[in-house]
Amino acid sequence: MGIVEAILLSVITAATPLVLAAIGELVTERSGVLNLGVEGMMIMGAVSAFAITQITGSPYIGMFAGVACGALFSQLFAFLTLTLVANQVATGLALTLLGIGVSGMMGESFLGMQGVKLQPIAIPLLADIPYVGPLLFRQDIIFYLSVAIVAGVHWFLFRSRAGLKLRAVGDSHASAHALGVSVIRTRYLAVMFGGACAGLAGAQLSLVYTPQWVENMSAGRGWIALALVVFSSWRPWRLVAGGYLFGAVSISQLHAQAFGLGIPSQLLSSLPYVATIVVLILISHNRRMTLINTPASLGKPFVPDR
Amino acid sequence: MPVEGVAANGHLLAVSNLTKLFGSFAACNGINLQIERGEIHALLGENGAGKSTLVKMLFGVLAPTAGEILWQGQSVRIANPAAARKLGIGMVFQHFSLFEALTVAENIALSMDANISLAKVAEEASRLSHAYGLPLDPKAHVADLSVGERQRIEIVRALLQNPRLIILDEPTSVLTPQEADRLFETLYKLKAEGRSVLYISHRLEEVQRICDRATVLRHGKVTGACDPKAETPSSLARMMVGSDVAAVTAEGTNAKGQVQLEARHLTVPARTPFAVSLKNICLKVHAGEVLAIAGVAGNGQGELFDALSGEYPVADDNAVQIRQRPVGTRNINARRLMGAGFVPEERHGHAAVSALPLSDNLVLARSRSDAKAFLGGGFLKVIRRDAVTSATKRISEAMDVRKSGEDPPAGSLSGGNLQKFIVGRELDRQPSVLVVNQPTWGVDAGAASRIRQALVDLAKAGSAVLVISQDLDEIFEVATEIAVISDGRLSDPYPAQELSREKIGLLMGGMYGKTEGTEAAHAH
Repeated sequence: MGIVEAILLSVITAATPLVLAAIGELVTERSGVLNLGVEGMMIMGAVSAFAITQITGSPYIGMFAGVACGALFSQLFAFLTLTLVANQVATGLALTLLGIGVSGMMGESFLGMQGVKLQPIAIPLLADIPYVGPLLFRQDIIFYLSVAIVAGVHWFLFRSRAGLKLRAVGDSHASAHALGVSVIRTRYLAVMFGGACAGLAGAQLSLVYTPQWVENMSAGRGWIALALVVFSSWRPWRLVAGGYLFGAVSISQLHAQAFGLGIPSQLLSSLPYVATIVVLILISHNRRMTLINTPASLGKPFVPDR
Repeated sequence: MPVEGVAANGHLLAVSNLTKLFGSFAACNGINLQIERGEIHALLGENGAGKSTLVKMLFGVLAPTAGEILWQGQSVRIANPAAARKLGIGMVFQHFSLFEALTVAENIALSMDANISLAKVAEEASRLSHAYGLPLDPKAHVADLSVGERQRIEIVRALLQNPRLIILDEPTSVLTPQEADRLFETLYKLKAEGRSVLYISHRLEEVQRICDRATVLRHGKVTGACDPKAETPSSLARMMVGSDVAAVTAEGTNAKGQVQLEARHLTVPARTPFAVSLKNICLKVHAGEVLAIAGVAGNGQGELFDALSGEYPVADDNAVQIRQRPVGTRNINARRLMGAGFVPEERHGHAAVSALPLSDNLVLARSRSDAKAFLGGGFLKVIRRDAVTSATKRISEAMDVRKSGEDPPAGSLSGGNLQKFIVGRELDRQPSVLVVNQPTWGVDAGAASRIRQALVDLAKAGSAVLVISQDLDEIFEVATEIAVISDGRLSDPYPAQELSREKIGLLMGGMYGKTEGTEAAHAH
């Protein structure tokens, strides 16, 4: 495996959790709910995936545990903000703080343990294509899932009737309610999907990226995912581009640091953020399209009358 | 698409003794109403007469407290809008329930059965819209459409259900006269197919023109059922209001004084993609004059108000002049201090904070311009409650504001009474320049006439008044001069008595035809 291939592989591994967490949050926000608890749901997914893998010995069961834990954790947020109509921003921040705390406690006994890595699955024939095969078709299951989820979300939002209803709820919950769409139910499901995706992203961290448990190992990726959603103007494929760009620049700046270019490392570390923001701002210069794609009732609580 | 033959005898819809109580208040009180097949039936009444409550019960949005609804002779209970649609009742609301970020086809699809593909919906909507003379592009985003086009979506959405009865709630309040004519054509087509139309309006002239029968409501009761063509506007108005509405007297408006408010080549770029840019607007309002600006909603009225009031100051200081001093870059308080007063369009959230009492709303608007009267304690700027309370009382009395209690929250007042208070709040300062946007939007006839009279009186007293309005009746009642705004451009002003409604309609559509139009206007 050449150096270029190795770099590209690590880019994909670095970008996958961002794309996963962000695509989940995109669906949540398209329904009009702003969940700032992505970081918390992600770290909960990471710790439970690692713990269940240790207990059962199967990283696949661990992965499902991560998804389930993220989804379950998100329902706490959904209950507080949708049923009890608590403030979404404050509740989301609390969810992140809670997730970091609880995961630290849960993971204490697993610190320093040797993890089990999700093994790559080679897809017959395709995996043998030179260059492309080893990169895209000799990957772990979570990478395949991330591609399928993004494609599925795109289809769901823009081609299916249920996705149309979800976008309608995000655009004007009062009108959607008047048409007989169940606003609260739609939002519960959207939040749950966001939680499941964040949980899967967390599982990727503790089962693929660095197969071990380290406290606070999500390291701000949840926040980057949140930013990606906004800068991609709530559009799935743009979000993927942003996620991979971020992954690519963060990996290349690591290599640049290793080469010792004489640029302060702090400056290099900030490069992925700067590059992603600049590029996404440039491609979202069309304000009309941005406005049309922005969920108009994002973050607004819905209380049905009568 | 003619309606299949149904048993020809009997009413399509009959309502007997229908009542809706909110607490102890009867919004509808023992209503009887019959709608025949293939007729355009008018439902007339002032705001608060119970028209909306009645149609909400017919469309399954509200449940009646008592009474019966008969649909084709059968007693029915309409539990929700879906049930109403299933019976064959379609509804076009006054305030559209559309999704701005979605396309026309997507909006229509949302109210239809889930098993029809989006492409099929778009095709069907496009076919229907052309068949009824309501052209629509299914792929357009609602955010980019005019109000008239948005209404077409609602109508097509209702028509797709193949209804026997279509309820239209104040459909022409947002249309140009020409757009309204087009809508009437559509209604005639529906009638020719044997469908019935329930047409809700308070515009007598329209009702007389297109409706076969009329039912008049007042205070939740039916006060008359008649053939509107056999009545006179004043006899219909009497049924609606219960007494003759005080006519606004504009006679004796004095001669022009000095220019008090002026816009010189006012050009403002659009602030958001959905806003309108103002293009080279020139206007002059003299003392003693009411200049009314007509136009269909969304043609730059809000933007013009923002620029004139200073809510959004403009780049060129000379572009706006108040009492012959440049104020373009000044903010709203600076302009108020120079003797100007402003009443914005939205009552709730813009002109008033609904949750705060009237006195607090008074302080919020005038604490800077009337600091001497309302604030004490030097730099501490303590609110002088006694002065504020007495001013609140003075305004309420001057404008006949009816409220519960001494100082209730603004949100508890009816639209008309709150609007009277908001206009009165500015009049109380006796401004030498007053700019008002949609002064009587959604206000009952009594309050509207009170407000219009106040505007005319202010001009008579020597102030310059600028009224931005979509209501042509209002414009002709108060204006001495009329200009029309269309797509951010303002027409020349015309003396009110020289301008016909048809001419205004053409100007609203942006058809200036200056030479011909001006000659025609001066030929009178």
